[in-house]
Amino acid sequence: MSGKIGSAIKRREDPALITGRGRYTDDLKLPGMLHAAIVRSPHAHARIRGIDIAAAKASPGVHGVFTAEDVNAAGLPGMVPVGWLLPELKTPPHPILASEKVNHVGDAVAVVVADERYQARDAADLVEVDYEPLPASSNPKKTTEGAQQIHDEAPNNIAFDWEIGDRAKTDAAFAAAAHTVEVDLTNNRLIPFAIEPRAVIADYDGDRGAITVHMTTQNPHVHRLLMCLASLGFPEHKVRVVAPEVGGGFGSKIHHYADETIVCLCSIKLGRPVKWTATRTETNLTDAHGRDHVTHAELALDEGGKITGLRVETWANMGAYLSTFAPAVPTYLYGTLLSGQYDIPAIHAHVVGTFTNTCPVDAYRGAGRPEATFVVERLMHLAGEATGLGPAEIRRRNFVRPDAFPYETQVALTYDSGNYEPALDRALELVGYDALVAEQAERRKDRTRPQIGIGFSNFIEACGLAPSAVVGSLGAQAGQWESADVRVHPTGTVTVYTGSSSHGQGHETTFAQIVADKLGLEVDQVEVVHGDTDKVQFGMGTYGSRSAAVGGSAIARSVEKIVEKSKRIAAHLLEASAEDIDFAGGKFTVKGSPESSLGWADVTLQAYLAHNYPDDLEPGLSATTFYDPSNFTYPFGSHICVVEVDPETGNTRLLQYVAVDDVGNVINPMIVEGQVHGGLAQGIGQALWEGTAYDEQAQLLTGSLMDYALPKIHNLPMYTLDRTVTPCPHNPLGVKGVGEAGAIASPPAVVNAVLDALQPWGVRHLDMPLHAEKVWRATQA
Amino acid sequence: MGVPIKVQVNGKTYERTVEPRTLLVHFLREELGLTGTNVGCETSLCGACTVMVDGKTVKSCTQLALQADGSSVTTIEGIADGDRLSAVQEGFWEKHGLQCGYCTPGMIMAATHLLSENPKPSEAEIRAGLKGNLCRCTGYHNIVEAVKYAAAKMA
Amino acid sequence: MYPAKFDYVRAHSIEEALQLLSQHEDAKLLAGGHSLIPMMKLRLAQPTTVIDIGRIDGLRGVRRISGDDGDTLQIGALTTHAELAASAELREHAPVIAEAAAAIGDAQVRHRGTIGGNIAHADPASDLPAALLAAGATVHLQGPSGTRTVPASAFFVDLLTTDLGMDELVTGVEVPVRGEGTGQAYLKFEHPASGYAVVGAAAAVSMRGGECTAASIYLNGVCATPLDGSAVAAKIAGTAADDATINAAVAALTAEDPLADVYASGEYRAHLAKVYAKRALKAARDRA
Ligand SMILES: Cc1cc2nc3c(=O)[nH]c(=O)nc-3n(C[C@H](O)[C@H](O)[C@H](O)COP(=O)(O)OP(=O)(O)OC[C@H]3O[C@@H](n4cnc5c(N)ncnc54)[C@H](O)[C@@H]3O)c2cc1C
Ligand code: FES
Ligand code: FES
Repeated sequence: MSGKIGSAIKRREDPALITGRGRYTDDLKLPGMLHAAIVRSPHAHARIRGIDIAAAKASPGVHGVFTAEDVNAAGLPGMVPVGWLLPELKTPPHPILASEKVNHVGDAVAVVVADERYQARDAADLVEVDYEPLPASSNPKKTTEGAQQIHDEAPNNIAFDWEIGDRAKTDAAFAAAAHTVEVDLTNNRLIPFAIEPRAVIADYDGDRGAITVHMTTQNPHVHRLLMCLASLGFPEHKVRVVAPEVGGGFGSKIHHYADETIVCLCSIKLGRPVKWTATRTETNLTDAHGRDHVTHAELALDEGGKITGLRVETWANMGAYLSTFAPAVPTYLYGTLLSGQYDIPAIHAHVVGTFTNTCPVDAYRGAGRPEATFVVERLMHLAGEATGLGPAEIRRRNFVRPDAFPYETQVALTYDSGNYEPALDRALELVGYDALVAEQAERRKDRTRPQIGIGFSNFIEACGLAPSAVVGSLGAQAGQWESADVRVHPTGTVTVYTGSSSHGQGHETTFAQIVADKLGLEVDQVEVVHGDTDKVQFGMGTYGSRSAAVGGSAIARSVEKIVEKSKRIAAHLLEASAEDIDFAGGKFTVKGSPESSLGWADVTLQAYLAHNYPDDLEPGLSATTFYDPSNFTYPFGSHICVVEVDPETGNTRLLQYVAVDDVGNVINPMIVEGQVHGGLAQGIGQALWEGTAYDEQAQLLTGSLMDYALPKIHNLPMYTLDRTVTPCPHNPLGVKGVGEAGAIASPPAVVNAVLDALQPWGVRHLDMPLHAEKVWRATQA
Repeated sequence: MGVPIKVQVNGKTYERTVEPRTLLVHFLREELGLTGTNVGCETSLCGACTVMVDGKTVKSCTQLALQADGSSVTTIEGIADGDRLSAVQEGFWEKHGLQCGYCTPGMIMAATHLLSENPKPSEAEIRAGLKGNLCRCTGYHNIVEAVKYAAAKMA
Repeated sequence: MYPAKFDYVRAHSIEEALQLLSQHEDAKLLAGGHSLIPMMKLRLAQPTTVIDIGRIDGLRGVRRISGDDGDTLQIGALTTHAELAASAELREHAPVIAEAAAAIGDAQVRHRGTIGGNIAHADPASDLPAALLAAGATVHLQGPSGTRTVPASAFFVDLLTTDLGMDELVTGVEVPVRGEGTGQAYLKFEHPASGYAVVGAAAAVSMRGGECTAASIYLNGVCATPLDGSAVAAKIAGTAADDATINAAVAALTAEDPLADVYASGEYRAHLAKVYAKRALKAARDRA
């Protein structure tokens, strides 16, 4: 299969997956393997008075029951770390097994290991924990207003207080504004809901003092590092983390959870492999949730509808503990994106991160950027109404102009490239805007009829995480480069070892295309290895739309190095100078004498024979790159959503969804479109259906699919996609990243559409999810 | 405690004894090692575990293994004809109807059954026919395309 | 995900099932398992014995029977939702039941769930109860002391509670064949997560010579038992059942103690009940 960059070749990972031969963590069975069930707190906040494990221990098939005592006795540090620090961040301890206090429903207190999983569950039911319940809180703002303190380290339940931008300048802009619009909004808390629940198999080898962990992870090396540093305490060379097939992640499988180390503890104690697979209830209670902001935002504009200032105040829910990258999400991934696609001369954002008795919140598809885009695009919708300019014109007047790049925003980013208006024009054309507006006007004559709403969203994201020095200065406890080790075999085929870790994105296809294209090979001649710390030296993994832009660039760089070296070998063989060698289509030729040529495999073989070889060159042909980008990449797009709202029931039906994205150069358009589709569904889900609810005791009321509505196939339309192409100027492939675009752009597009439909009722804002009752009530006011 | 059970799975007859509480999905995965059928939820709503029992799709997490005693079960492992993919499998591959692949076995079983009852489904009928199957990755667009492809191919 | 332990017995006849029921304390009948097994997986139900009635002969299918008061359809308790939805007899003579069955869950659920289990479980968000009421069905029961019939209107007693005795079995449902000029319809507002009915409206309207001779409307999902819309129906009977009449008539629908959950409040359900009653009545009229 030839797979030039830009061709929509079929995925190489699919034959196994469509025949049931894909091997996910729970599919693996090791000899002598036992099964663990974790005992979790049913209370959101409670002191532990005692734990009685006697009955559980005596239950049939049980090999062991372990609690915090055993963590200490085994000499494990036993703490879940936080991987991103902010100034004056409060970092209360997060033990892998609670012994004194539980802080959210689902907090782990004990673990039971048995011959098989039904028995483990039976015994887990017999662990008796004596709890003394405490008052609990779940709202990110109210938790600071006299709620029960959760951690001694964090008075008023405040984890951090952070700001960005220029407050004085922004206040001045508001004082002088011709128009201002403001909105109070929440960004609803979401459950990531990868269809594969999290799972871990730990296999301890006592003789070597080493452990192998197969697990559902988006970044095996990061998991290993965090475990070694804080929870497990083994040296890194004694830990191997492997990601088998991973059934989706969306952020939830980035983070280091207590569970992986709890399962390691079991294997260490029992000397046998132990598997734990979360039930859906467990995974929904403990997979780091996403979003959960309470925000007040204001926009100042001049007479002509030009934005002069943006002011944002946000309370961000961190949950009961700080998860791996949690502090970065509502700060550096949120505050820095508040300029959107617009030239805004003054911005100030203030974010308070707070503790509540809820599941920890961390990166979920988009991570901070959807929240920022939602604030900006809701305000733009309102500004379009307030100024009378309408949704398209208000945006046009404020776009960063194409000649203004690189554009420095007021919130620390430098947009390297962009051209926003053509994407908007194309979206308007595709959606058939004029006809829709006419239809809308017609329907508005009769308010009892279903109303048409048209919603815009012009988003930008900073992705391809990103220069290590920059993220380091912002508090990251890890680098953000990516590695690629490209090894050419003597016969000319290639194996790529990438630190990127696919869980549905199709790396084995896309990355092979990069190599095949650049070396003139068939895709089948390139093997891509990922997801195993024993095979790949180090890597940062897959999240933040970084795999193509950072991981792919690393591969491209390695290939460049290989081409460089092979040209020198070819030059030697052809008795020419290396500068005179051309390499194209898998052939080395001497400039000016095309008859003098060598095939790729002739050269690769010689690299290993080294019989007739340049004196100053080592044999072998492989190259390793740790690619550290010089900037983020800045994909952008223009989305338009069309809905029909039935005012009698409040129900919303999606009629059209148009997405014109600019993700730079595209390696495999089929995969890129698939990423957009999936992101759109997730964002549409956030807007219309998904949303967690907690009761007064901070019990999750929407923990299962009976109440938590994932987008379903019969509630979604076909999407209309198109692209503009503004290549990234600073990476070798010109790619920008696409994984999160859909999820970032779509919530405001949908919400703006519904509110546009509700315009006859004068409704300014409704919080997501736009459940039918909420919409209906808005028409009753 | 164990109760004898005899089932045909993908054309092969298995005789085993099972604990009554064993769900069909666990029987297939743990006892027979057929791990292509996945578990995605606890409330019978995700469809990842979909298999066919006597020609009809069921959620194998919502059936006791013993209820399938004497039945003929088809799982994702039994859908292809040797090395020849079924039209539905081919459609999912051609049209990029999967990303992480976790929902895919269930989707393929549901789509296969849909086409057996309605060989020329409209887009709306495809969507209605697959509503018991959730996918978090694809946004469903290409799943619809995959089923259309298979319908055309089988016509 | 992992049910607690239980003993499993399989009944091959109604009599055997009844006998097993009387022998085992804390036993549960298992038909399609699509209400019972989900509860067992969450350990919300932990019966000590499960009596599988799924293979009892003769309890499956739809048959037309001639009787003195006109023909009826006999539906066996083990008839699956898919079979109800596909039944030519039902689609012709009691379409509201076929439509309600087709609106249940998804294809996989309909392949397993049975009408007997559905009504015995009596989940207020189920689709079949109101449809049976609108179709004027009676429920056939059998116990140690013989058989009895209960009109559907008396069968649903409370939330998850029916007139079914602990020692009894639902053997089937009997539905009168729809009269000439009678239209029926089932319309559902589906919960976006569970797929169950937030509100499901089952209507029947009989028209003769441009006049409505009889109407009925019942709703699932609104209250603990199917909401009886007789007051609405009474306002339509004897009129031309035009849109204006139906629109006005549904104001008479009152829901006492409406159900409420995170998704839909009682007030909203009561409102939706009116909207869906209206729409279902119009659809039924149009088909009459
Ligand atoms: C994912 C999912 C979605 C669903 N969606 C819907 C929906 O949208 N609408 C809807 O109406 N339903 C829905 N259901 C429920 C479904 O219709 C069930 O099949 C039905 O409620 C129970 O029927 P069953 O045959 O499966 O009963 P079982 O689960 O076997 O039994 C249910 C109860 O009834 C008793 N019982 C069963 N049969 C008899 C009998 N003959 N006599 C006396 N007692 C008996 C049992 O002991 C048990 O207590 C859904 C179920 C699932 C799993
Ligand atoms: S595992 Fe989700 S429906 Fe069976
Ligand atoms: S492909 Fe991942 S859930 Fe469907």
